[in-house]
Amino acid sequence: MSVKRKRNLSATIALLPTWFAAVVVFVGTMAWSIRLSFTNSTLFPSSTYVGLAQYSKLFASAKWLASLQNVLVFGVLYVAGCLVLGFLLAAALDRKIRFESAFRTIFLYPYAMSFVVTGLIWQWMLNPTLGIQASVRSLGWEGFVLDWVVNRDMAIYALVLAGVWQGAGLVMVIALAGIRGIEAEQWKAARIDGIPVWRIYVSIILPQLGPALAAAGMLLAMGVIKTYDIVVAMTNGGPGNATEVPAKFIMDNLFGRQNLGLATAGATVLVLGVIIAVAPFRYAMHMRNQAKGAA
Amino acid sequence: MNQPHPNGPKPARITAGRIGLYAFLVGAALFFLLPLYTMVVTSLKSMDEIRLGQIFALPATLDFSAWVTAWSGACMGTVCVGIRSGFWNSVAITIPSVALSVFIGAVNGYALSLWRPRGANALFGLLMTGGLIPYQIFLYPMVRAMANIGLYNSLAGIILVHVIFGLPLVTLLFRNYFVSVPEELCKAARVDGAGFWRIFFEIMLPIALPMVVVVSMLQFTGIWNDFLLGLVFAGRDNLPMTVQLNNIVNTTMGERTYNVNMAATILTAIVPLAIYFLSGRWFVRGIAAGAVKG
Repeated sequence: MSVKRKRNLSATIALLPTWFAAVVVFVGTMAWSIRLSFTNSTLFPSSTYVGLAQYSKLFASAKWLASLQNVLVFGVLYVAGCLVLGFLLAAALDRKIRFESAFRTIFLYPYAMSFVVTGLIWQWMLNPTLGIQASVRSLGWEGFVLDWVVNRDMAIYALVLAGVWQGAGLVMVIALAGIRGIEAEQWKAARIDGIPVWRIYVSIILPQLGPALAAAGMLLAMGVIKTYDIVVAMTNGGPGNATEVPAKFIMDNLFGRQNLGLATAGATVLVLGVIIAVAPFRYAMHMRNQAKGAA
Repeated sequence: MNQPHPNGPKPARITAGRIGLYAFLVGAALFFLLPLYTMVVTSLKSMDEIRLGQIFALPATLDFSAWVTAWSGACMGTVCVGIRSGFWNSVAITIPSVALSVFIGAVNGYALSLWRPRGANALFGLLMTGGLIPYQIFLYPMVRAMANIGLYNSLAGIILVHVIFGLPLVTLLFRNYFVSVPEELCKAARVDGAGFWRIFFEIMLPIALPMVVVVSMLQFTGIWNDFLLGLVFAGRDNLPMTVQLNNIVNTTMGERTYNVNMAATILTAIVPLAIYFLSGRWFVRGIAAGAVKG
């Protein structure tokens, strides 16, 4: 016993900084923020509790409601877009393609770049007076319209376009690794049965890629909740509130508008959202691991 | 439709299906390359040429003056010193942050998986939860705490923040790596009298070298590309390149110099892109590990 104690002592000491970070930073600051969300703090933290007043103010705010709606539309289309395009690219690359590694390099490079860079590139491409729209019009197609970044109804799709451009390569890499891991026997059997290639991808390959694609989707979805940089760089929330997102709403109220109570209430709602979104997955994984252990 | 599995022979005939396949891939490649092409040609044009509205046209003459301006003369608000200082700030932030977070992550992973001291599972659970939660909930108290200890708006402060917020992912990746190392190796070394740190430095760290490379790659690109933490914690004198870039482009007064903006954008992207092109496989492994395990 005493030997074991001594052995573990160094390990315990080595983990102390991490304990500090986990308890003080992750738990402590979160508790602090949540507490602030129940006070009337504005520029400075206050200890006057106002119950759920900040929350009712939050959900009465048109900007916050717009930001929730925007992040939902953006999130669904961005994650779905990345998954679909990424899987299609992976399936196509799996077909004994010449220059496969060149294609792979091209499809993944945007993922190496920051959201700020991605946002600025697409802001430029979609600039209605000098970008793609102007170029196509000068070719003679005078009525051509591609004004997404300045159009209230389309700005959110401009973000989706840029996001999918940035993230589809990641899904491609994950899907391609998954496809290559599937046994050749299954292919032979399916080919003997005369199943067309596309059906094999849809009915045999795709289901087996489920866990890998789900993991990629999860990762992208976590990114969606944090979406901030790409919006700041590309549209700064505009036009109007068309591309306002919760993370940006919180940042603006924290540091720009000195509205601490409201900002922390928003952050608390985001955290609740993440927990609600992640909990079922964690539970399913936990149950699956237990089932594995029992078998 | 007589296409073999990748393990089979190459298809001999050109079919409509193959043509469609290549058309799809080439089309997709154009979609992915077009923005890069546009950035490069725009950065080489003069403003007169840009005003013609031919975004895809090649520049009439090669003009590198926008690059020079972007590097050393572009304006952020009223200050016109270029993105040069941001570049060096990013270097000064990223290198120590990566080195520290990888080292601490490796120690954590090793201690958590091979030593399992009391509370190891609780700590790991806490870290993973912390890694899932949006930064916004941590920010204000962190700012206050950092200000209290005198690290707010300092280089050391932003490095510390990156190390702390990097802990969940790097610890997870190293823990999963060390879990697959046979425990006998550790036990045998202990029998020979080696302690915690000696086993770590002489046996485990060398074994984990591939993981060190993968995690470094992941952390390097992640921290270089960070915007939010740099914006909040770095302070005016240490703003990373991403923040300065956004200031150059989006807070300009007067006419926007698109050629300078695009040159500055390329300069900001060039380090992660170079890492991607030079390290290829390692980078891919890094993001795949981060994606699948995270």
